[in-house]
Amino acid sequence: MAERRPGRYVARLIVVVYLFLLVAWPLFLVGQNTFDGGLENLRSIVEDPDVVHALRLSLMVAVIAVVINTVFGVGISLLLVRYEFPGKRLLSALLDVPLSVSPIVVGLSLVLVYGGRNGWFGPTLEDAGIQVIFATPGIVMATVFVALPLVIREVVPVLEEVGDEQEQAARSLGANGFQTFWRITLPAIKWGVTYGVVLSLARSLGEFGAVKVVSGNVLGETRTATLVVEEKYLNFDKGGAYATAFLLALVAVAAIVVVSVLRPKEEDR
Amino acid sequence: MSIEISNVSKRFGSFVALDDVSVSIPSGQLTALLGPSGGGKSTLLRIIAGLEQADSGSVRIEGVDATGLPPQKRNVGFVFQHYAAFKHMSVRRNVAFGLEIRRRPKAEIRERVDELLRLVHLEQFGDRLPAQLSGGQRQRMALARALAVEPTVLLLDEPFGALDAKVRKELRDWLRRLHDEVHVTTVFVTHDQEEALEVADEIVVINDGRIEQIGTPDELYDAPANDFVMRFLGPVTQLGDQLVRPHDLVIHTGDPEPGAVTGQVSRITRIGFEIRVEVTTGDQVVVVTLTRTRFRALDIEEGRRCGSGWRPRRSLTRCASVEEARCRSRHAVTTPSGR
Repeated sequence: MAERRPGRYVARLIVVVYLFLLVAWPLFLVGQNTFDGGLENLRSIVEDPDVVHALRLSLMVAVIAVVINTVFGVGISLLLVRYEFPGKRLLSALLDVPLSVSPIVVGLSLVLVYGGRNGWFGPTLEDAGIQVIFATPGIVMATVFVALPLVIREVVPVLEEVGDEQEQAARSLGANGFQTFWRITLPAIKWGVTYGVVLSLARSLGEFGAVKVVSGNVLGETRTATLVVEEKYLNFDKGGAYATAFLLALVAVAAIVVVSVLRPKEEDR
Repeated sequence: MSIEISNVSKRFGSFVALDDVSVSIPSGQLTALLGPSGGGKSTLLRIIAGLEQADSGSVRIEGVDATGLPPQKRNVGFVFQHYAAFKHMSVRRNVAFGLEIRRRPKAEIRERVDELLRLVHLEQFGDRLPAQLSGGQRQRMALARALAVEPTVLLLDEPFGALDAKVRKELRDWLRRLHDEVHVTTVFVTHDQEEALEVADEIVVINDGRIEQIGTPDELYDAPANDFVMRFLGPVTQLGDQLVRPHDLVIHTGDPEPGAVTGQVSRITRIGFEIRVEVTTGDQVVVVTLTRTRFRALDIEEGRRCGSGWRPRRSLTRCASVEEARCRSRHAVTTPSGR
């Protein structure tokens, strides 16, 4: 055990102050502004059908995006860890693109491909009756894109650590590929998956830039909660903006807190 | 013959793990695949289990061509060096796994698991998680799990390699007794010749992707096919241009017998019950091992270090004459007391 020197306390103090000024205090102020006039701000947005629609849309888009990202994320993680194939490193690098590219670029590039009028693929889809841009599918796609690597980056290290001996043992005991995955692999990586899901959910709920470009921001139709926050803020409805922002933050923080509490300590696993 | 391996080859990149290997492993016996690390023995075992695919050649298990079958259709039990315990399941669920996959009735599973836990002496530990067991217990659990599905063959890959020396010895005695009880065709991989000699009915010596020799422990020990097998199965020492076992040599301290090789005792080491005597004969150092009783009767001592080399002290040194006199299969070294 290291001796207790003043330096350690100074270091701790710096970290706490830094996090306080950067994260805790601003978030707290959002909450404080929300409850400025009691529950008035919250009541006004809950009673506004357009805001309720936006919140519902955000939640629905987030859930769909999380489901898609979880299924593909676990699949791609298995592919990356358990199989050797040419181009594996390239694939791994490509998977980080969504984290490094600005969401607004994601939005623009989706419009270029799926845009109804001038898009590369859009008019064909529109002829078939499927509208992507300025509609829910586009919002889901943009959200899936930006949150794509989160599950993978959580699951890959866990898969590597667990190794494949348990899977081989299951195969030798008669389990087929699906049974091995369901009974052995999935339980072994469940906390990695859970954490990935929570991060994806938080990220998906909060996506703004890409969604703003592809959604068209139509009130009561394709306006998501984050867009409502911007709209209200620009229209000097600060109370409503804070209240909506507070709800968004609440869901994300709650999800992370719940998982942190449920997640077993390292030695219990 | 229970397992028939014909002309199996396997490469990993440019590394040849197995080079045209053919071997028949008899039914109901305990067979050891013995050889140095990287010699291909584990690869052969994994090919039998279907965990690895051979590049060419075929594998037949009890008359069924298993070459293209996936592992789950081969009905083999496999035990890994590092146990491969299902960490999130209790010991009972681990053992029951293969039976649950086969959708056996619950009552039957319970009965069979109880029976197996008794067999591996883990009946008190059924509700524990693998992390709460010792290494030896985990490996016994892994054995019970593999035996649960009544495999045609039981394959063990360095099963005691991760355990400490004492537990390893206990477990291999126990494996031998277990095999005498269960009689399932068993193949285990080891790099420990003592383990193979002690436990196996038959030993297959594998080196550099090829089979060096197949035979019973006695055959291999008494009539090794080549110097590699001779060296690998036990200690050896060079006498003239011959490779012999140190305990097959005899030291005499009388007058040099005809044909004896003479030399000087350069070092004596006591290892438990046996004494290792190094005799320098010209440019060769011959190692002789003998029992303490025999050593006392000979009354020999080593020269003392003095200055830059070994320099014998007059009263303590004996001139050793080392002779190679065959006495049945025994070689002899004589160390006469001439000064």
